[in-house]
Amino acid sequence: MCLAIPAQVVTLLPDDMATVELSGVRKEISLALVDGIEVGDYVIVHVGYALQKLDPSEAERTLQLFAQLEPPWAGDAA
Amino acid sequence: MGGGCSVKYIDEFRDGNLARIIAAKIAREAHSDRSYRFMEFCGGHTHAISRYGIPDLLPGNVRLIHGPGCPVCVLPIGRIDNAIELACRSGVVLCTYADTLRVPASNSMSLLRAKASGAEIRMVYSSLDAVRIATENPGAQVVFFAIGFETTTPPTAVAIQRAEALGLRNFSVFCNHVLTPSAIANILESPQVRSLGTVALDGFIGPAHVSTVIGSRPYEYFAQEYAKPVVIAGFEPLDVMQAILMLVRQVNESRAEVENEFSRAVTREGNLKAQALVAEVFALRRSFEWRGLGEVPYSALRIKSKYGRFDAEARYGIEYRSVPDAKSCECGAILRGVKKPRDCKLFGTVCTPETPIGSCMVSSEGACAAHYTYGRFKDVEVVAG
Repeated sequence: MCLAIPAQVVTLLPDDMATVELSGVRKEISLALVDGIEVGDYVIVHVGYALQKLDPSEAERTLQLFAQLEPPWAGDAA
Repeated sequence: MGGGCSVKYIDEFRDGNLARIIAAKIAREAHSDRSYRFMEFCGGHTHAISRYGIPDLLPGNVRLIHGPGCPVCVLPIGRIDNAIELACRSGVVLCTYADTLRVPASNSMSLLRAKASGAEIRMVYSSLDAVRIATENPGAQVVFFAIGFETTTPPTAVAIQRAEALGLRNFSVFCNHVLTPSAIANILESPQVRSLGTVALDGFIGPAHVSTVIGSRPYEYFAQEYAKPVVIAGFEPLDVMQAILMLVRQVNESRAEVENEFSRAVTREGNLKAQALVAEVFALRRSFEWRGLGEVPYSALRIKSKYGRFDAEARYGIEYRSVPDAKSCECGAILRGVKKPRDCKLFGTVCTPETPIGSCMVSSEGACAAHYTYGRFKDVEVVAG
């Protein structure tokens, strides 16, 4: 139950609900815990609720961090 | 992941080549003359660590220790007994998340067995499903068995407010929500837990989605007060690897700070809307029993008297009775990180995911179930033919 997944919002529905899609699977979830969600946004889904909106630029930054071959201070020594 | 299509924000964070790059950095930067012991505090991490074989990518002196982060595992037997008693009342429909169904309770019972013997128990995916069941069955009393950490608490608050808005008189909640920071503090300082045995730790991998709700701020206290570094990590394997690297660096530099690897979903403040809802509906309990940790002060929530008519504990006069774990079951020590699943005599013999004896074998996020599913064959020595 603790596993949470990022999914994309495809339709906004009445009563703070939305349809999200993950690998072609669609599911209805609640947006009651988040504000300002638009179609196309990615949200972290957990027990039928969006817990948080995903920040695409932060995701990109983290991916770049993974690929960094040297520690951040490596250039300082020279 | 199987299949050909790439899933955004998932597959990129499971890339094998990047994992090897991070592993090489960890191997290079970890000093061989000391040990690094990091506890993860999130069922999702426990699962990811076992599923992707992360310990195999780490040098021998960098060790991961499972903490009490699986919500089903930390729920004591007495609470499951309470839920079964509730479900066996005539006219009551008990709605529960699937994970609790097979947790062994007293007298060889479980919610699943109670269901088989006629109790009205429904599995739900969301707290709103329980509200819907109450709306559709006005003649029944619907009770939602609410369990979990800070991620499932806001959804329970939404359900209670929805039931109030709908004027439902046949919906209530058996509240068992618990708090992550209290458990971490308890592991670090409680004399009771110390007497049960604790494990030496050099840092924490902070939970992923719990932190999306509470933010990174609550961990600052641990970093300062106990001089332990905390790195909040996302739930994918590369997130966990990167967090380990960041922890190794903090230890090497004698830093004890809160760092956030999961910045794509976690802010310092967290989800303020969810926090406000929780504060509106719930209040702190003076004490709550955890499996493995015993009674932990101010570690759980109850429903505020303002919403008292939705409180199943008050409505049905539920009385909690503490029940000791099954003899020989090492769940308590495993939840504190003192023992590993394979240290338990029952592991993989009488206790398996099909017939669990202890709670750690029930949920896929439990340390024992994760090790049984993904790691148990590594314990067997390979005999060359």
